[in-house]
Amino acid sequence: MDIDDVYRAEYGRCVATLTRLLGDIGLAEEAVQDAFAVAVQNWDELPPNPGAWIVTTARNRAIDRLRRESTREARHAEALLLHQSDEPEEEVGPVRDDQLRMMFTCCHPALSPLAQTALTLRLLGGLEVGEIARAYLVPEATIAQRIVRAKKKIRDAGIPYKVPDDADLPDRLASVLTVLYLVFNEGYTSTSGELVRTGLCLEAVRLARELASLMPDEPEAIGLLALLLLTEARRPARVGPSGELVLLPDQDRSRWNQDLIAEGHELVRRCLRRNQPGPYQLQAAINAVHTDGPATDWSQVLALYDQLMQFTPTPIVALNRAVAVAEVHGPLLALATIEDLELPGYHLLPATRADLLTRLGRTDEAVAAYDEAISLATNDTEREFLQNRRARLAAP
Amino acid sequence: MKQYLLAVQIDESAPPESEEDVQAQMARTGKVTEEMKAAGSWVFVGGLQHSHASTVVQPSGAMTDGPFAETKEQLGGFWVIQVEDLDQALAWAEKCAQACGQPIEVRPFDDGSRR
Repeated sequence: MDIDDVYRAEYGRCVATLTRLLGDIGLAEEAVQDAFAVAVQNWDELPPNPGAWIVTTARNRAIDRLRRESTREARHAEALLLHQSDEPEEEVGPVRDDQLRMMFTCCHPALSPLAQTALTLRLLGGLEVGEIARAYLVPEATIAQRIVRAKKKIRDAGIPYKVPDDADLPDRLASVLTVLYLVFNEGYTSTSGELVRTGLCLEAVRLARELASLMPDEPEAIGLLALLLLTEARRPARVGPSGELVLLPDQDRSRWNQDLIAEGHELVRRCLRRNQPGPYQLQAAINAVHTDGPATDWSQVLALYDQLMQFTPTPIVALNRAVAVAEVHGPLLALATIEDLELPGYHLLPATRADLLTRLGRTDEAVAAYDEAISLATNDTEREFLQNRRARLAAP
Repeated sequence: MKQYLLAVQIDESAPPESEEDVQAQMARTGKVTEEMKAAGSWVFVGGLQHSHASTVVQPSGAMTDGPFAETKEQLGGFWVIQVEDLDQALAWAEKCAQACGQPIEVRPFDDGSRR
C-alpha cells in the first residue's frame, strides 16, 4: 500500500466528510488535495490510520485558509467548522454516513445524467477528470465543465447534503442505483472502442459495495451489488485469446472468478429470504442461475424474466427474455416475441433476430439482420463478432 | 432558509379552457397556497395576464410591444417560497404542478451570499 492506494481508497471518503464540515464541496476538495500534498512531503511511512490523518490535516488546513480569507462564504464555512468541532485538536476520521450523503447529492435528479455520473466518479471514486473523459471518450474539457457546472448548481440551487426523507427515498435510491449500474455497464460493454474498461467496472463494484454496506436494509442495493459481482465474475472469460467476444455458452467456466460468484450467490440467497423482489434483485437472480452448475437452467431464467417483465416491461427486458424463450420453447416462438419491439439504433435487436433466423435456417433474412446489426454496432469487438457470424452464414 | 421562485409555464397557443376547468384549477392552486401558508413556506403568489399585455422597456427608454422572447411557452404566474433546501422546494413544485396541470420551473433566488 502506498500513497496512491490511499488516495484511491480514501479520497472520496475524506471529501465527503470535509463537505459536511465545511458546507461546500469545492472547499472540501481543495482542503483534501492540500492534505494529500502535505502527505506526499511528510509521509516516510504510512500513518496507522491514513484516512483520519488526511481528514484532520485537511480540516486544519481549511481553518488556516478560511482565516486568511474574508469572504462571506469563508466566514460561513469557518463558523460551521468551528461550531461542529468542539475539540479541534482531536483527530477526526472520515464518517461513513457522509459517503452516503455524498452519493445522494451527486445522483440528485436535479442534475443531468452525465453530470451525475461524472460527479460520482470524481467525488466518490476519486477518478481524475482525464480518466473520466477517457472512459467516456469525450473531451476532457467537456467533463471538467460538467463537473464545475454541477457543483455550482448543487451550491446555488441548495441541493441538500443529506440522505433523503423516507417519502423521497425509493425514487432517490433508484437514481443512485441507476448511476452505479450505468458506470458498470459503460465499463463492461463500452459504447465504442475496446470492449471492457476494467477501471469503471471495478469502481462501480467498489461503490455498490459501499452502498450495500451503508444501506443493508435496502434489498435493491444488495441486489445491485449481487448483479455487478456475478457479471464481473465472468469478465475474464468474456474475451478470447485474440481479444474476441466469447458468448456465455462458449465461455471457459474455469476462468470465472469463483470468489465473486460465491459472494454474489450468498447475496442473492439473502434477497430471496427477504422476499421483497425488485428489478436489480431479479437480474442478480438470473445471473446467479447462469453461474450455477455446469450449464444454465433456462426454464428458471425464463421464469425470472417473466417476473422482471412485471416490474420493468421495457423493450430491452423483452429482448433479453427472448433469448431464454428460444432456449426453452425454440427460436420460432422467440422471434414472435420480439417482432414488434421498437429499439431504434440498438444493435442487439437485429443481432438477436439474426441469431434466431440462423437457427431457423432462414439464411437470407439472417444475413440482412446481421448487416443491420453491424451497421449499428459502435464497439469494435462486438462489430467483429457480428462480422464473423455473418461471414460463416454467407460461406457457400 | 432559501427563497425559490416556482414559475408556472403555460402554452399560450393552447385553446382556452372552459370556465369550469379554470375555476377547478384555481380552487386546487388556492389549496396549495393555503398549505404553504400553514407550513410557513409562503412568501408570495400571483397569476399573470398573457404576454399580449406585456411591454419591454430598454435602458435607452425605447419600448417594444410584447414579452422578452416571442415563444408560445410563457410565464403564467408564480409562487415565491421560503424553505430549507431544494428538496423541500421540489416537493412544493410537485404539488403546484399537479394543481395547475402545468410544468413548474424551480429557480433559487440569488441571496448575494456567494459573492
